[in-house]
Amino acid sequence: MALCQLFIQPEAAYTSVSELGEAGTVQFRDLNPDVNAFQRKFVNEVRRCDEMERKLRYIEAEVHKDKVHIPAVKDMPRAPNPREIIDLEAHLEKTENEILELSHNAINLKQNYLELTELRHVLEKTEAFFLAQEEIGIDSLTKSLISDETGQQAANRGRLGFVAGVVQRERVPAFERMLWRISRGNVFLRRAELDKPLEDPTSGNEIYKTVFVAFFQGEQLKSRIKKVCTGFHASLYPCPPSNTERQDMVKGVRTRLEDLNMVLNQTRDHRQRVLVSVAKELQSWAIMVRKMKAIYHTLNLFNMDVTQKCLIGECWVPTADLPNVQKALADGSNACGSSIPSFLNCIETDEVPPTFNRTNRFTRGFQTLIDAYGVASYRECNPALYTIITFPFLFAVMFGDLGHGSIMAMFGLWMVVKEVSLGAKKSTNEIWNIFFAGRYIILLMGLFSMYTGIVYNDIFSKSMNIFGSAWYIPYNSTTLEHNQALTLDPKESYVNAPYFIGIDPIWQTADNKIIFLNSYKMKLSIIFGVVHMIFGVCMSVVNYNFFKRRYSIILEFLPQVVFLCLLFLYMVFMMFYKWLAYSTFYDDFAYSQGCAPSVLILFINMMLFSSNVPEAGCKEFMFDGQGLVQRVFVLVSLACIPVMLLGKPLYLLATKDKKHDKPEQSNGNVNQGIEMQEQQTDITEAAPAKKAESHDHEEEEFSEVMIHQAIHTIEYVLSTISHTASYLRLWALSLAHAELSEVLWNMVLAMGLKTDGYIGALKLYVAFCFWALFTLAILVMMEGLSAFLHTLRLHWVEFMSKFYAGQGYIFQPFCFKMILEQEEKDD
Amino acid sequence: MGASFVPITVFTVLWGVVGIVCPFFAPKGPNRGIIQVVLMLTAATCWLFWLCAYMAQMNPLIGPRLSNETLIWIARTWGKPYA
Repeated sequence: MALCQLFIQPEAAYTSVSELGEAGTVQFRDLNPDVNAFQRKFVNEVRRCDEMERKLRYIEAEVHKDKVHIPAVKDMPRAPNPREIIDLEAHLEKTENEILELSHNAINLKQNYLELTELRHVLEKTEAFFLAQEEIGIDSLTKSLISDETGQQAANRGRLGFVAGVVQRERVPAFERMLWRISRGNVFLRRAELDKPLEDPTSGNEIYKTVFVAFFQGEQLKSRIKKVCTGFHASLYPCPPSNTERQDMVKGVRTRLEDLNMVLNQTRDHRQRVLVSVAKELQSWAIMVRKMKAIYHTLNLFNMDVTQKCLIGECWVPTADLPNVQKALADGSNACGSSIPSFLNCIETDEVPPTFNRTNRFTRGFQTLIDAYGVASYRECNPALYTIITFPFLFAVMFGDLGHGSIMAMFGLWMVVKEVSLGAKKSTNEIWNIFFAGRYIILLMGLFSMYTGIVYNDIFSKSMNIFGSAWYIPYNSTTLEHNQALTLDPKESYVNAPYFIGIDPIWQTADNKIIFLNSYKMKLSIIFGVVHMIFGVCMSVVNYNFFKRRYSIILEFLPQVVFLCLLFLYMVFMMFYKWLAYSTFYDDFAYSQGCAPSVLILFINMMLFSSNVPEAGCKEFMFDGQGLVQRVFVLVSLACIPVMLLGKPLYLLATKDKKHDKPEQSNGNVNQGIEMQEQQTDITEAAPAKKAESHDHEEEEFSEVMIHQAIHTIEYVLSTISHTASYLRLWALSLAHAELSEVLWNMVLAMGLKTDGYIGALKLYVAFCFWALFTLAILVMMEGLSAFLHTLRLHWVEFMSKFYAGQGYIFQPFCFKMILEQEEKDD
Repeated sequence: MGASFVPITVFTVLWGVVGIVCPFFAPKGPNRGIIQVVLMLTAATCWLFWLCAYMAQMNPLIGPRLSNETLIWIARTWGKPYA
């Protein structure tokens, strides 16, 4: 990683940064950290971009309203150059104005349409009223209104006036009541409901309305009625009283409606055409504007030099990508036709560069797992490489079942095979996104689980006998009839060669299988745990070698690995030896099955320098001289502790005069004391923090180094025991998984298998449904997540605490692809 | 020693080929190192896993305890009939 200064001509700046954004390999640093966002150089351009985004959002909303399909853009367009920007702005403005105008026109037209439609309805419905009135005659009306007058006088008084109009259906009762009150009962209202709803022009909602005709007498009432109508937002329409005039009016209205309908349709088509043509380019415009904005934000990080002739930017560039950056700068200069080329200048720095681990789509998942714990320090050994295999393998040790493993592998395989089409879907479901991002991890976990399932000989809690069991039945029929249960003695029932691959199938049917499996799986867990931890300690050699701290190899690595090996690798050796040395077929009684000592007891006795009295005829130790060997091992291991504690500080003290050319990196201690509480955490929390931030070459004080080393030593020594025991979770989880699987089979599926005939078939159908559901939900999903979590913990704590510093910060390049993806996610 | 020659050779040779021979033939490219590490680690872990299962059963210290029904059934179906 190199820190580079870019000198770019102002004219070429935009295109050069555009090229760099497409390449996505540099991380810019802010050279104007104390300048306000509103005082930066390119703030006007950023405002222009914001304005364009606003117009785009409006257009997109209109497109969505009309449900026009926006086609996805196939390849990402580049950021537009300054000429194209002006064109784009003009185009956007024109389109926005056009759409606004169309919308307004549409609203006006619809308003007219609504009025005409209502008028037509009024005319049609009042037909019925007036007809009825003419038939019955005025007499009956006046009789109902005015009871004590003669018909003659009523006729002379004058005909009834009326108002006709349309009101919303919900308001009709209140409207009626108001009219009744206001006229003291002197108004006669006839109404008819409209069956078809009418469209409201502004909101587009459909409203049900009612036509009404209100008959009254006198001008005063008329004005009152009109006021009530206004209050209830009822629209009044002039309705000619005579029949012929009404018919003419109806005809006129009908023709006008048809014309208006035609105009409306044409407007709608025009709007549709405009929107469709815009929708095609909408995505690419949006991307171009986003890229523009990103470029201007980046340009704001640049500094104008003293002579005002060129822009200076600082960026971190991975050393391998320097030629790419040069090329991008050259392209940028060429694109804008500038004669003066931009150039790149690498500068020396003491600052810690960001950490950049190149990943492809396969390794990205594993790198994410490691980065979630802590980003690697600059140039530190990256454990993600080994995690590719050790993670799925340790998962599989805990998950080992051929059936469940194959389900998981198929799921992973489906996601991997379909990754292009599934990746394009851009789901917002958080859980699916997590599963999809880990598709390679899931596939590998499934495949390894299938292998461990074969070795554990476990498929949905049943075992497979493919190669012939190593155990046979030596009893005759009478023995079998008289004994409810029998334990096979290896001497008589074992063919003296194990099953070809994995655990013998007979154990699945045995009542005491747990005893055998416990012993096997616990030893297996410790073996793999110790091997994993030794691997972790050896990784620190790589780090020491790279960072030229060779003294640490002798003073730190050597005592650590000797301590670990002499105690725990020796325990692993004892396990292997016990597997080989003790058998029922050996003639020597001391090495027969009854005399096999417990490895754990031997280990404890070794550490405590005590001893057990063996049983009659048996020996205490497994091989001659074991007592002496053990004592030597323990003493040498104890001697390693002061070397770990004092070696490095004393060496640094002795060589204090010589200059160190690298600042002290705190090695380890990312554990934050999860397992054990250090008494001195308060003091030392401050010390490493100060050290990590210091950029100068001063050595730390001897006391700080000493304290730090003490913490490190105590932590390491205690962690050898606790982490070794922690690996027993490999045994615990695989036992739990096997037991759950067996319980599910015996309690659920077996119920369906016990009956014959049609009833049995039905029972099996139901039982299988439940069994499959629980298998997927509990055994695959829940156990899978649980084993995943435990494996993650084993890697983060037990493996990585042996060598990992994890104090870096991640490299975040200026990359258009990542910016666009981020904005999509935010949307 | 309760061990048979065939399985040990088969698996050691199998994982030996995967872990020692195949890395030489890893395709050249930016991922060569990753493929080599993956092959070696897979071979090492899988071979060790099989070996532990094999060695744990070589000299069994206890035998399986089975009900007499299971014993009769095993004797009949697994081809080693009893007297």
